[in-house]
Amino acid sequence: MSHISLNHLTIAYGGHKVLQDISVDIPDHQIIAILGPSGCGKTTLLKSMNRLLDLHEDVKIEGNILIDGLNIYDSEADILALRKKVGFLSQRPYPLPMSIYDNIAFGPRIHRMKGQQVLRQIELLEKNNTMLGSFSGFNPQVDRSRKNSEMDYLVEYYLRLAGLWDEVKDRLHGPAARLSVGQQQRLALARALAVEPEVILADEPTSALDPVSAKLVEKQFKLLRTKYTIIVVTHILRQARRLADYVIFLYMGELIEHGPAESFFSSPLDERTQAYISGEIS
Amino acid sequence: MIISLGLVLTALAGIIFVVVMKGASALSLSMIIETPKGGYYLGKEGGIANAIVGSLYLAFGASFLSIMISLPVAFAMQREYTSHFAANCSRLALDILWGMPSIVYGAFGFVVMIYFGLRSSLLGGIIVLTLLMLPIMIRSMEEVIRMVPLELKEISYSLGTTKIETTVSVVLRQAMPGVITAVLLAFGRGIGDAASILFTAGYTDYIPRSLLDPVASLPLAIFFQSATPIPEVQDRAYTAALILLFIVLLVNIVSRILGWRSSRYIVR
Repeated sequence: MSHISLNHLTIAYGGHKVLQDISVDIPDHQIIAILGPSGCGKTTLLKSMNRLLDLHEDVKIEGNILIDGLNIYDSEADILALRKKVGFLSQRPYPLPMSIYDNIAFGPRIHRMKGQQVLRQIELLEKNNTMLGSFSGFNPQVDRSRKNSEMDYLVEYYLRLAGLWDEVKDRLHGPAARLSVGQQQRLALARALAVEPEVILADEPTSALDPVSAKLVEKQFKLLRTKYTIIVVTHILRQARRLADYVIFLYMGELIEHGPAESFFSSPLDERTQAYISGEIS
Repeated sequence: MIISLGLVLTALAGIIFVVVMKGASALSLSMIIETPKGGYYLGKEGGIANAIVGSLYLAFGASFLSIMISLPVAFAMQREYTSHFAANCSRLALDILWGMPSIVYGAFGFVVMIYFGLRSSLLGGIIVLTLLMLPIMIRSMEEVIRMVPLELKEISYSLGTTKIETTVSVVLRQAMPGVITAVLLAFGRGIGDAASILFTAGYTDYIPRSLLDPVASLPLAIFFQSATPIPEVQDRAYTAALILLFIVLLVNIVSRILGWRSSRYIVR
């Protein structure tokens, strides 16, 4: 499975260094919180992990990021495969300009998953079904004779996985833009999951949401960590406490401290971490 | 705000009032379905079907060609595909072309056609109109495509899509209402323009049967008829203007419906 390790990563916008010499191994199948005050480079660090930074101008990246032992900044790296493997949730959820159904089906269709491949993914999902105990009652029969029935199944599966199915099952073909922001974020989660990533990057995924929706998203994350590595950027200390198994603390572009959440919160080593946790700096 | 709205509405109402007052008297079914009798519009009989059909051929032909060219160009000017510098140079060039008087396009088209030994024809008219419409269409499309938020593209890329896939399935959909407006804007300029097709499309009393036949058009029908000393023929010019206004209105309504339908799914 994916193992992510950052080695001496330095990122600069123009002449301004945003991240300095970050080295850390990211554990698998946990929720990792990247914690730190605003403007300390959290989002930059996150976006460097699936090369979304490439879309910005004037970005200079030194050092490397290894995922499964391959440097993703290698000139021959397959960016499309990388991005398929490493999903992304943005701060403000953006539905794609299409229906709810098509939002989920978009990824699988782009990756040409048809017939056989969809069936294989479904078989895998059926095996995993029992692992994710949250949806008892989900046992649809894939009616092989019906057109698109495989895709219908996939869409339903991922919407359930993101905890959105019951709210949208009657308007799957309605515009996704009409959903509430909280629902849109769970739709974004389902959409990211539908391309079967191994890692999910989430950039302050609850900051645009109301408390109830935020709680729903957090709940889904906790559920999903058995199967995925989830890296969450947050500046909310309490959220990190609630969610994280492992914490990476950034301050002014530097990696100050990282470690399992328990020891990070109970006995921080660096005085800046202590100051941050106690609320002296924010 | 209210004053500017008032000004615009007054101008529009004034034009419509004059055109309807003067043109309605000569409006009849034969005006729409018959070709002119008496040669070169100078007779008082027959209709202007040749100009109506000609204008529609010209405007729709040129719009179609322009869309085929403008969409790829507008996308190519985005920063995923080209440098800032090249895009800005293209913008400058297009803005200059936009400001060019249409008679210059006409004269230019005429010179080129003489060079190739072509007569004025429907094809020539369509090509010159396309040239006239391109800057408007490309610039307007490019503006709306540039407005598509980077975050939306990020989302699409993060699912492992290529540039082309993101462009076609996400960016184009999101920009669709604006793209339709751009087409409408260019169409309006194209169908109403007289000077560019004065030399290039030619003139005829008949409906063209092939791309190489000369073709009549409403703006030129208005021009020629209102330049005659005969009052009845001058009134017919206003009727032609009325029909032109009606076509523009109709195309507006249709594109608004299309725009509304395509904006159902877009993200605000």
